[in-house]
Amino acid sequence: MSDPKKETMDQGRRRFLGAGAAAAATIAPGVTLMQVASAKPDDQPVSDKNRWGLLIDTTKCASGCDACVQACNEEFNLQPQHGPRTDPHWIRKVEVRDTATGRTFSLPMMCQHCENPPCADVCPTGASFRRDDGIVLVDRHICIGCRYCMMACPYKARSFVHEEIPEEDKNVNAPRGKGCVEACTLCVHRVDKGRQPACVEACNGDGHKAMIFGDLKDPGSEISRELKKYPSTQIRADLRLNPGVFYKGI
Amino acid sequence: MKKVRYTSIDGRGGFYALLGVLGLFILAGLGAAYYMEHNGHWVTGMDNQTVWGLPHVFAVFLIVAASGALNVASIGTVFGKAPYKPLARLSAVLAVALLVGGLVVLLLDLGRPDRLIVAMTYYNFKSIFAWNIILYTGFMGFVAIYLWTMMDRTVRKYYKLAGFTAFIWRLILTTGTGSIFGFLVGRQGYDAAIMAPMFVVMSFSFGLAIFLLVLMAAYDWTGRPLGEALLMRLKNLLGVFVAGALYFVIVFHLTNLYATEHHDWEKFILMGESVHTKVFWLGQVLLGSLVPLGILYSKAGRSRAWIAVASALVILGGFATMWVTIIGGQSFPLVLFPGMEVVSSGYFDDVAYHTYSPSFPELVLGLGGVAVALIAVVVAVKVLNLLPSSLADADVDPHHKG
Ligand code: SF4
Ligand code: SF4
Repeated sequence: MSDPKKETMDQGRRRFLGAGAAAAATIAPGVTLMQVASAKPDDQPVSDKNRWGLLIDTTKCASGCDACVQACNEEFNLQPQHGPRTDPHWIRKVEVRDTATGRTFSLPMMCQHCENPPCADVCPTGASFRRDDGIVLVDRHICIGCRYCMMACPYKARSFVHEEIPEEDKNVNAPRGKGCVEACTLCVHRVDKGRQPACVEACNGDGHKAMIFGDLKDPGSEISRELKKYPSTQIRADLRLNPGVFYKGI
Repeated sequence: MKKVRYTSIDGRGGFYALLGVLGLFILAGLGAAYYMEHNGHWVTGMDNQTVWGLPHVFAVFLIVAASGALNVASIGTVFGKAPYKPLARLSAVLAVALLVGGLVVLLLDLGRPDRLIVAMTYYNFKSIFAWNIILYTGFMGFVAIYLWTMMDRTVRKYYKLAGFTAFIWRLILTTGTGSIFGFLVGRQGYDAAIMAPMFVVMSFSFGLAIFLLVLMAAYDWTGRPLGEALLMRLKNLLGVFVAGALYFVIVFHLTNLYATEHHDWEKFILMGESVHTKVFWLGQVLLGSLVPLGILYSKAGRSRAWIAVASALVILGGFATMWVTIIGGQSFPLVLFPGMEVVSSGYFDDVAYHTYSPSFPELVLGLGGVAVALIAVVVAVKVLNLLPSSLADADVDPHHKG
């Protein structure tokens, strides 16, 4: 996509910052160095020392497979109610064809956890916000349901809860409620416990291994190493929102 | 010029009948809002692709028209045009009434209207929406003060200042309303700086059209004289505004055509097969602009009935404009992969455009908002001395040669 220069600069800067922090850590003797684990241990506070992200390899993502979508629906108990137009969609599969070459590829789309999220910029109450570690969330207790964030999101990543969620369908992993807007939380409830998002786990479990989750600010993490080695891009990188979700093979 | 005498209307049977009809519309609107909130928004035509529907068409129209309705007063106060001064009180009241009507619709369409307090207490100052809440509240306050300086001799010395403040504020307000759309970077139809000034000019035209209708109705129904020359002035002004708005629409689309990335969007609106293309050409351009211009600048423009028709058409065109902007803008799918084609999608990324058919309750809620605005005006002219007893030309224009 356009403006690759800007992207590499941003990535470079991120790596540089990450490396700087790591170097500082090594100066203190006897201290264990960088964390190579891909998620945050539960006892650490949310901090901007991490930026959680995803790398999706479209060459590995299988057309017709929707293990990630199913896993997400299960994790949050997203039940179909009155039809696909109003049902919640936190993640979806998209099949794309490059009109110039005829090559097709498949990929999952979800909230891209933008560094400069327009959804949060426009939200009148501040219900949409970005955590220090880069995860974009909706505080469902101050969301007034104006849907301005849905107008602003370039990825159609958000769903408005169009109907009452039956008591038995309510789910502990994310508070949900009629009249509020919701979206992919990057499985923040798992990330905060040092686990991987449900979609990533499902993709790995299926043997496709098309998704890598990890800390973009940790130069030693698998995701950072992959990003450094292979070309990747962000969807609509030209909008300069710097999403935390990267794609390979677009 | 004689001294203008303002008197309240002495509402008889007709007045109460009008109140009753408007009241019914308001009740129906509240019922519709309750029905939609109670069931959830799935009972409306709105969905996750078209998140703003007919209620927003009504709400934004009313809010835009509100600031325009204040124009008549501003021309009198800020630009010192004497013939407009007697109209200033009605103009100010109409402005506030339309704004309230629009905001009611906007509020009742929220997913959680019960969280009004949250909306008033949690502010994200980066959000243009939050700014708009401040702009709307301020508008009501400043216009109320302005009205006060018109009606109370003891504060008369602040009249100019108040009028000027209200005028500046209304310009910022409409810019703010237009900016709600101008900031949506991912949407092809909105991402244009011209959006804000275009909204300002449109507000002149919609606001004046409503003002003209209300003025003519009020004077006709109460049997008060309304001068020919004054009416001609107003209808000529309406013509200028309508032409101005049309000019902005042309520039908007021409500049879009100039930018390659907007070509598909322009094709979609200007020559697509969706309903929006028809609403644009027939509603916004032909019935909403060209026909009223034809009426206002031809012989027909001398007749009151035709002026009323032209005003009504401008209002109709205003709704068409809001439809094309709000619904049409969302109908065009987001461009996720420029230069590539989405073959299939689990979530409607592969459609040529999103469809939306408004549900009846949405329409009823919108009309309820219009009724709120009108009932406020009707009650105001009854309890306050807003309308000059006579607007006969000799009474209002010092230069009128009768
Ligand atoms: S993808 Fe959409 S919802 Fe997610 S952070 Fe970006 S703008 Fe917000
Ligand atoms: S719908 Fe909720 S989260 Fe979205 S902009 Fe409105 S208040 Fe914020």
